Amino acid sequence: MEVTRAKLDDDFRIRQLRARDMLRGDIPDEELEQYVEERVLTTTLDKAVAWARGNSLFPATFGLACCAIEMMSVVGARLDIARFGFEAFRASPRQADLLILSGRVSIKMAPVVRRIYDQMLEPRWAIAMGACCSSMGVFNNYAIVPADKFMPIDVHVPGCPPRPEALMHGILKLRSQIQGDPPAGWRERYGAHGTEEVLGDADLPGVNAVNVFQSGETGSA
Amino acid sequence: MTSGISDYRKQEESITLSSSPAGEGLQQELMTINMGPHHPSTHGVLRLIVTLEGEIVRDVKPIIGYVHTGIEKTAEDKAYWKVIPVVERMDYLSYYFNAMAYCGAVEKLLEVEVPARAQYLRVIHLELNRIVSHLVWLGTSALDLGAISVWWYCFSEREAILDLFEMSSGQRMHTRYFQIGGVIEDVPRGWIERVRAFTKTMRTRADQYAALLDKNEIVLQRLRGICPLDEQTLLGLGVTGPLLRAAGNPWDLRKAAPYCSYDHFDFKIPVGTQGDNYDRYRVRHAELYESCDIIDQACDGLPEGPFITTDRKVALPPRHELATSMEALIHHFKLVTEGMRVPPGEVYNPIESPRGELGCYVRSDGSSKPARVHMRDPSFVNLQATAPMTRNSYIADLVATLAMLDPVLGGVDR
Amino acid sequence: MPDATGLELIAQDLRESNPDAVLGTGYFRGEATVEVAPAALRTAAEQLRARGYSFMASCHGVDYYPEEPRLGVHYQLLDMPSVDRICLKVRVPLDHPHVPSLCAIWPGANHPEREVFDMFGVIFDEHPDLRRILMPEDYEGHPQRRDFPVGGEPVLFTYNEDKVPGWSR
Repeated sequence: MEVTRAKLDDDFRIRQLRARDMLRGDIPDEELEQYVEERVLTTTLDKAVAWARGNSLFPATFGLACCAIEMMSVVGARLDIARFGFEAFRASPRQADLLILSGRVSIKMAPVVRRIYDQMLEPRWAIAMGACCSSMGVFNNYAIVPADKFMPIDVHVPGCPPRPEALMHGILKLRSQIQGDPPAGWRERYGAHGTEEVLGDADLPGVNAVNVFQSGETGSA
Repeated sequence: MTSGISDYRKQEESITLSSSPAGEGLQQELMTINMGPHHPSTHGVLRLIVTLEGEIVRDVKPIIGYVHTGIEKTAEDKAYWKVIPVVERMDYLSYYFNAMAYCGAVEKLLEVEVPARAQYLRVIHLELNRIVSHLVWLGTSALDLGAISVWWYCFSEREAILDLFEMSSGQRMHTRYFQIGGVIEDVPRGWIERVRAFTKTMRTRADQYAALLDKNEIVLQRLRGICPLDEQTLLGLGVTGPLLRAAGNPWDLRKAAPYCSYDHFDFKIPVGTQGDNYDRYRVRHAELYESCDIIDQACDGLPEGPFITTDRKVALPPRHELATSMEALIHHFKLVTEGMRVPPGEVYNPIESPRGELGCYVRSDGSSKPARVHMRDPSFVNLQATAPMTRNSYIADLVATLAMLDPVLGGVDR
Repeated sequence: MPDATGLELIAQDLRESNPDAVLGTGYFRGEATVEVAPAALRTAAEQLRARGYSFMASCHGVDYYPEEPRLGVHYQLLDMPSVDRICLKVRVPLDHPHVPSLCAIWPGANHPEREVFDMFGVIFDEHPDLRRILMPEDYEGHPQRRDFPVGGEPVLFTYNEDKVPGWSR
């Protein structure tokens, strides 16, 4: 049987010969340093671990209400969360490291959510998906509680319900945060530091705009 | 650890656990376990206190309220048309139905007539929503039974329908497309053709799901003859919808008390014979085809005309009128700031949602905000059937029955 | 729906057994309502059931504040063969909110009556398991009464973030 060798291009041949020289110990020192730098990725252990953690989050199956259906869409075929490695939704909080709070947290459910979050092992993250768990959402009433009041949240994803793409964006932001490369806030990106609202004394009545509520007031349409 | 009972545990002391053990026998050990609100197989945040004897369920007590959002209370605080987005989020899989029940009730109070085109558009969206709800049900139920790939197939069809919703209203879920007096906007050009193309593919897909599941040995063993409940018990419990139809009673409000032009369409009601889990599955699956039929007929017969009532005291005037007509401007202003005034009275408007009879009770006291809105949610009432159905069956059957019951906890808890 | 005359015939039948059972009838937008005294609720329900209204479609509560008696409970009954609906209404004052439970007639009234108890405080006599269903068991107050505040959280801005109690930052 004829065996035809593929014609290697020159670049590859050069690399082959240099590799042979390195193995024989024939490369002089300066060139050796450059050789190693081209080929070896140095990093700290932390960064390596963070990279691995970010690429293999195990979300917990924690669907509460309507946002859960959009979270299921993220797992669906169109916007496939498995591309990123996050398709292994674990039912047990002991095995999960990401809690995607999808839906409204009622006052009866809040202690349950906190228990589940407590049962998760470090390192763990939480995404508040949707308007209801980040703030009160559409319903500003006696029955629900924003998630920030009882557990730390890493990323808030707005929307009612957020599109699956929006949730994906939030999860990827969390991933960059985990991998040590947090996305810059908008004030950094646009050089807008110094535009924060600073009021002399927030207890003064009659503050600014019509639609700014004093603390203690609630809004109603 | 005597004083270590946390407040959380104290809450549960008032729950009377299972009554006297069922059946005689010297050696029975009843174990009461908690299938907590966070569970992969309870559809949503449903908590079940299950009393087991070995693997056999002796009693089931559902505890709900874990996603109670006070929607009915919030609705009392908002103008009539601003209640629509709030009420839509109740039963979060059949959002158009919630809006339809509420809008129908307010339209009854106002005695305003919905134009024919709006009614047909409403029917198309309602039936598309019914297909979405049944697809999610089928996907999650098959997931519970172990047929995991069916979940992806169903959700991919669901994406096609959500694209249609996005095309007509801009939002995938909770679209606030239905308004009091009609729909908020006419459908864009090309939408009807896409709907027709969709129903064609939907029928093929439904055939494929049937081919996968209908005669599947595992599905048959898991569902056939499991947890049947007779019609009389179901009627006593107030159960409606596919559960009642699976037991043999062809009660469907679209045929019995037609609303919103449903009497213009020709469709069948799938009815089961034995009332077991397999019949419940087959009834819902057959409803997919019937919904496709209704949608096709509605697309064929879509009349021309306005898409919302012309009564300016109820519906916003078209934008181009605001530049020329003073009355239109005043109506727009009044509607947006104060809302519409509804004559005082009480009304109950029932419609047929994918889970059963969804009724909306609205009480008006003459002002621009409703005095009471109550949704009679079918899942809330259907959940009472869990215990009679699953008594003396296995835990696996409990999971399968919950799947076939199709409870949506957003509607249960409101 | 029974039309207006049909409704009056029904009311007459109910009055035959107990003259002060029926407190009023209403026919509004094609829907019939019979208001009965709380003590006569069970007999009225059984009589309606014997007339054919054998399906209880809904049981819900209303707070008629500021009219007295303040708390109302509506039972929507349905006659399936003739597609007829009728609403059976009772109204009770706040200081004696007792209504006989219809769980013995319709087992499906269990959860709805618990919800009315939870949201309004109406106590259903002889209910098998009257406790809160939607709110936590130790919640105080009956949320859907008209004088119960809607509640909610103040909208957070950067200036009042640290003033709002409970905010974790």
